[in-house]
Amino acid sequence: MATRRSVLAASATLTLLAPFARLAAAQSNPDSRFMLVILRGGLDGLAAVPPYAEPAYAQLRGSLALPAPGTANGALDLDGTFALHPALSNLHAMYRAREALVLHAAATPYRERSHFDAQNVLEAGGTTPSAGGGGWLNRALAALDSAGQSRGAVALADSVPLVLRGELAVTSWAPSQLPETDDDTLARVRRLYEAADPALADSLNRALEARELAGDAADTGMGGRGGQAIAPLASAAARFLASADGPRIAVLDAGGWDTHANQGAEQGPLALRLRALDSGLQMLKTELGAHWSETTVVVVTEFGRTVAVNGTRGTDHGTAGCAFVVGGAVAGGRVVADWPGLAPRDLHEGRDLRATTDLRALFKSVLHERFGVTEAALARAVFPASDSVEPLAGVTATV
Amino acid sequence: MLTKDGAIAANRFGLGARPRDGRSLGGDPKGWLEAQLDAPHAPPPSGPPESARVLAEVRDLRVARQIAVQARANLERPPEQPSTTPPSPGIDEQAIREFGTFVREHYAAQTAQRHKLAIETDTPFVERLVHFWSNHFAVSADKQPVAPIVGLYEQEAIRPHVTGNFYDLLLAAERHPAMIVYLDNQTSMGPSSQAATFVRRSRGRDLGLNENLGREILELHTLGVDGGYTQADVTELAKVLTGWSIGGTLGEGRPLLARFGGDPGAPGEFHFRAAMHEPGDKTILGQRYRERGVGEGEEALRALALHPKTASHLAAKLARHFVADDPPPALVERLARVYLDSEGELTNVYRALLDANESWREPLAKFKTPHDFAISAYRLLDAAPENLQPVTAFLTQAGQRPYTPGSPAGWPDIAASWNGGDALLKRIEFATAAGRRVGDRIDPATRAGEVLGALGEHTTMSIRGAESGAQAFALLLSSPEFQRR
Repeated sequence: MATRRSVLAASATLTLLAPFARLAAAQSNPDSRFMLVILRGGLDGLAAVPPYAEPAYAQLRGSLALPAPGTANGALDLDGTFALHPALSNLHAMYRAREALVLHAAATPYRERSHFDAQNVLEAGGTTPSAGGGGWLNRALAALDSAGQSRGAVALADSVPLVLRGELAVTSWAPSQLPETDDDTLARVRRLYEAADPALADSLNRALEARELAGDAADTGMGGRGGQAIAPLASAAARFLASADGPRIAVLDAGGWDTHANQGAEQGPLALRLRALDSGLQMLKTELGAHWSETTVVVVTEFGRTVAVNGTRGTDHGTAGCAFVVGGAVAGGRVVADWPGLAPRDLHEGRDLRATTDLRALFKSVLHERFGVTEAALARAVFPASDSVEPLAGVTATV
Repeated sequence: MLTKDGAIAANRFGLGARPRDGRSLGGDPKGWLEAQLDAPHAPPPSGPPESARVLAEVRDLRVARQIAVQARANLERPPEQPSTTPPSPGIDEQAIREFGTFVREHYAAQTAQRHKLAIETDTPFVERLVHFWSNHFAVSADKQPVAPIVGLYEQEAIRPHVTGNFYDLLLAAERHPAMIVYLDNQTSMGPSSQAATFVRRSRGRDLGLNENLGREILELHTLGVDGGYTQADVTELAKVLTGWSIGGTLGEGRPLLARFGGDPGAPGEFHFRAAMHEPGDKTILGQRYRERGVGEGEEALRALALHPKTASHLAAKLARHFVADDPPPALVERLARVYLDSEGELTNVYRALLDANESWREPLAKFKTPHDFAISAYRLLDAAPENLQPVTAFLTQAGQRPYTPGSPAGWPDIAASWNGGDALLKRIEFATAAGRRVGDRIDPATRAGEVLGALGEHTTMSIRGAESGAQAFALLLSSPEFQRR
């Protein structure tokens, strides 16, 4: 049986993360764009990024194992060790163009298995689920705001997700199919709220700004829900991020990853979801045009899933999984993983991929390298009491 | 003009006042609510549940569709990769379409029925409780084949028990096929069960536990996430619940299950499959459960229903729904105590809630969900429209498509989840469209007095200064007084 890392250590392309050199001194670039994509439900990291060279993989995954690279409908090789799910062909092209970095065996500090608490930890940025305090991206905005560099943020979702909630007001946008309210009525409602209900007034004002920016995307009529509608939201995100006066930070919410039963392998429900994600990322790249080179997209989920297939040809809530960092600003073409291995004794509680990278290290890196948020602010205000979590170095091409 | 307490009773505890409700509220709003709890309610339907018939039919259609889809795939497959299934004579495109149509039509009819009842009911407090518990025991129409039975689940499992004992409600919800399918329990097998042993020996495949239902019962339905249970408790409860399944065949390709247990059960109804049940004693929260088949699960659910953590969890959720996003801790404690003292009698808890000063102190403390907003708008008009599809269309746009909460936790119940930017704009668009339909047929100031009581001065002035009846009506529905309850 292979010991921790021994299987993969021979692979020259495997980049081990720790220990890290200090971060390059970074400063803010006013053109930097950042988008966070939250895959709710728990993406199966071993399906999205199979460690196909690990001997235990095919055996543990049984009917869910993907065909090896080079075979029909096979996984798409990354570095001789890891591969991408065949539905992620655009992402694979970005990887080869060094615009995509794949992180594996990563997780939040949360070690239980509740979706809701796990999402809370992912978004609030602490180590345990918390009730108040809002989200880390809102606190990062506040740090940028006090430096006079914030351009606000937008959530591509029906309402603002926790990661963006907090002191600083942000808005949300999703396609509308309702008849428009005339300007006069809208102005009156606005005056009424301003006089009688400041919270509603704030909310309305932000929504009106977002509508203006969304522009034509509002007319595409591509309403949708859940994870199937990623592409129209990505298209709207591109409009916001490309707009001269628009926000530089966006969050896209995409549900539907909780694959307890019959999740499928190269075909099936999970493959469809991954294809929707893949098309969304490609849509974003195409529509951002020249701004793509300034863009960093981080795709994360609240936890990975069990290594073994469960009794219903699916997988249950697990621990570590994969994350993607995509964009023209990314130092890509690499798999970054301190790979813990899949042997029984290497697994967390004998069932889950062990977490060797804290997702906060990734978030910190992007906020520092692309937006110049100081390490001190990251370690205290943005991610409270996180001094021990060193930012990953060199995730992006620093500005 | 509605009094302050009358407005709270009708809008916070009910689903929004109708113009004529002032008369029945009279001078005793609390009494009006209490009387609804005492009114006789629909007994659980007798005979086979409607959901069983629908499930059996949907399963047949699904199998037909699978065969058709497989046939199409075989045709498209290059010849050098022979299919493992025998070639099919033709593709039944009709079968592929019929399944989707069946699911959509049932979903649409059941959501329309739900809206109509909510708009027209004379017992809106009880109706709100049905919605509350249906959301507590959330299932989602996003998962097949839940969609065509999602409203029937609410009718069969939730509605008959909302003024009864929590254990009966819990048991009815967990046993219902909608819940069993939604949380993947129908094929969960004990690793040492007869069925799993057979599959391992004969096919070399390992089938086993699915812990989804067990986990959500502990985390969401009973103890709550801070309820002090462990992963081991989740696994043990999942074992206790192995065999809790649905009668009839489990769809194409699983004939082996028919080999066990003799009785395949009534199609589409709850059925305990003894051959899938994990044998032996189990221990949950330190309590040992002796091997006794389906009775084990009932015993475990009863213990969970009466657990103090369950009392606190349910008390906090009820107080959050009816009083404030951050409910007063003293109130939560009081409700939890009543729950425990009455061994889970829900009506006792509701009465304690109505007796609490906290319930009547802060008007407009709760921000309406899109569902609350739309239903209360139609109640204000006192007319359920002929076509209820636009209600569902609006809710979809506003992020609350009926019965699709996105997770087993159900829809969130705090303002921060619903008052964000765009969803608010969509409410104003809804209000504008409603105003255009109403025109000047309704005097907004009079109607406001009838359904909201006294308005704040800004809203009064805004309505008075509107350029048309349609605009005044749009302003009324957009006003803070109407957006909150």
